[in-house]
Amino acid sequence: MSSVATASPAPAPAAGAPSRVHARRPSTLTAYLWELRKLVSQKRTYLGLFLAAILPLIFVLVQNLHAHRGHDQGNIFASHITQSGLATPVLMLLFLSVFMLPLIAALVAGDIVAAEDGNGTLKTILTRSVDRGQVFVAKALAAMTYATLAVFLSAAVATVAGVASWGFNHVVTFSGTVVSAPEGLLLVFAANAVYLIPLLAVVAIGVLLSTTTRNSAAAVVGTIGITILLFIVAQIPGIESIKPYLLTEQYENWHGLLRTPTDWTPIWHSAWVCALYAVPALVAGYLVFLRRDVAGG
Amino acid sequence: MNDAPPVRARGLVKRYKEILAVDHIDLNVQVGDVYGFLGPNGAGKTTTLRMALGLIMPTEGTVELFGRDPLREGAHALEGVAGFVEAPRFYPYLSAQKNLELLAALDGNGAKERIEEVLELVELTPRAGHRVGGFSHGMRQRLGIAAALLRRPRLLMLDEPATGLDPAGMRDMRALIRRLADEGITVLLSSHQLPEVQELCDRVAIVDRGRVVYEGALSDLRRQGGAGYRLRSTDDARALEVLRTQHGIEHVIGGPPTPHTMHGLSFQAQESDVGALSLALARAGIGILALTPELATLEDLFFRLTESGEAPQNGDEAGKGAQAVDVGAVA
Repeated sequence: MSSVATASPAPAPAAGAPSRVHARRPSTLTAYLWELRKLVSQKRTYLGLFLAAILPLIFVLVQNLHAHRGHDQGNIFASHITQSGLATPVLMLLFLSVFMLPLIAALVAGDIVAAEDGNGTLKTILTRSVDRGQVFVAKALAAMTYATLAVFLSAAVATVAGVASWGFNHVVTFSGTVVSAPEGLLLVFAANAVYLIPLLAVVAIGVLLSTTTRNSAAAVVGTIGITILLFIVAQIPGIESIKPYLLTEQYENWHGLLRTPTDWTPIWHSAWVCALYAVPALVAGYLVFLRRDVAGG
Repeated sequence: MNDAPPVRARGLVKRYKEILAVDHIDLNVQVGDVYGFLGPNGAGKTTTLRMALGLIMPTEGTVELFGRDPLREGAHALEGVAGFVEAPRFYPYLSAQKNLELLAALDGNGAKERIEEVLELVELTPRAGHRVGGFSHGMRQRLGIAAALLRRPRLLMLDEPATGLDPAGMRDMRALIRRLADEGITVLLSSHQLPEVQELCDRVAIVDRGRVVYEGALSDLRRQGGAGYRLRSTDDARALEVLRTQHGIEHVIGGPPTPHTMHGLSFQAQESDVGALSLALARAGIGILALTPELATLEDLFFRLTESGEAPQNGDEAGKGAQAVDVGAVA
């Protein structure tokens, strides 16, 4: 800055104070798109996506090496794994939905506010022309987008790897009905979409913890801790009456899609149960974010 | 347009449980001011700036920027306002260019078109494509100024902008601030660099332990320091005795060297009494090595106000009757 004082002219300020007429302000969409660009620019973003992609590949590789015939593991898709590549994404959703995908979702959801608070960039963006509410909505949507991407990336990799190994063949549903390959493919991705309902509730909890704890590690661990706690609670004998209302019990809501006829009951049930978790979490996070002191960094 | 002042704070209080960080602070920054905000570490300066920018909520009191309350009006209240609190913070994994693009997107109003211009202004154009994570502290300070100027501010709030800069960088930062002020931007400058404040600012607020101990024109404050003289003699100890018995000589400070004093004495006196003093010293056989008038420096006054706990009257009242301020130490 040796000659900064003689550099080109500074942006000329208008004389006097700003008028009461509000300038055109950026939209929440703009803030959201920048949240995505920030995620794309961070290496840690790719850790979760890497896990989402590599696990189906490992699964298919192991199956190819050691299990050329199907296994009867009490699951129809497991027993038909070598008969149709479309069984692979269903099995992967079954395996990853309980812990791995919530973990991947929590990695970003728990970090998205707390990290910026910790490194001080939150105060940088909160002194621009976007309101706090816009920033919170943009961050929550970005975390949800990431979780969605992770789920569909995992499904896509599992589908491609499964089809490449065992073909694009018809598949048998939980009800034992045979569905064509194209319909099976549609059901696979519909099942993943339905699984997003509880997963986005996990994201909402992660964003709440990220906002309130101001600590990325605490928020990520806390989010996973809550899901593990609920999972353990579900195993306790004698609480069958509350079990249908536990978030972790909704992880299997997509099974209804893979029955003939389609069983919508668990899907609708999970939708409102998950809303009971997600909406209060998002509202609480929003309100905390609006009023909180931002002094980090 | 509105006639509201750039910054108007009334009774600002911030309490963290048992700690009173800010204790009923009033601030009045007028259009065109280069306003120095001074105080020791922990005095409450940064907390006050955070409240002014709407980053933290006051426990009590209000602050308005051009008549708008950041707490009630959110981002609307920050229109025409820019700056940074503590060090400017950026995304280390993004380049300087991308950081400014992000901030410009969050500013709107054509800020993106000014990126090249502000980068040029702070001489970061050659590093625009480099990640901020590799920037030195000084480069980040300059990027902080660039980010602030993207908003075409009418009020620039800077917290220690020269911290971490080398001497040339500090000089250039001062020149930049002066130039921005000359172009009509009101500047609120929080700084520990007292010479910087003395050079740049026309009005100051000095805070100590959460309270404003002085607010007003810097010239008034220095005038309150009184007409001072500095004496170096062949025998300071005996000269001190002479000064103390001499009519019209007041507030004599001196004696053994302390961290803030070296050799010599300082005192306040009317010019007419100084002649008599020199004769008295000569009669006592004390040689005068130097007898020079001195106006209290900001540093003198700052230490006096923040270390003695003695508060002068505020500048707005100073014209009604000067109050002697003990100049204090001899530098």
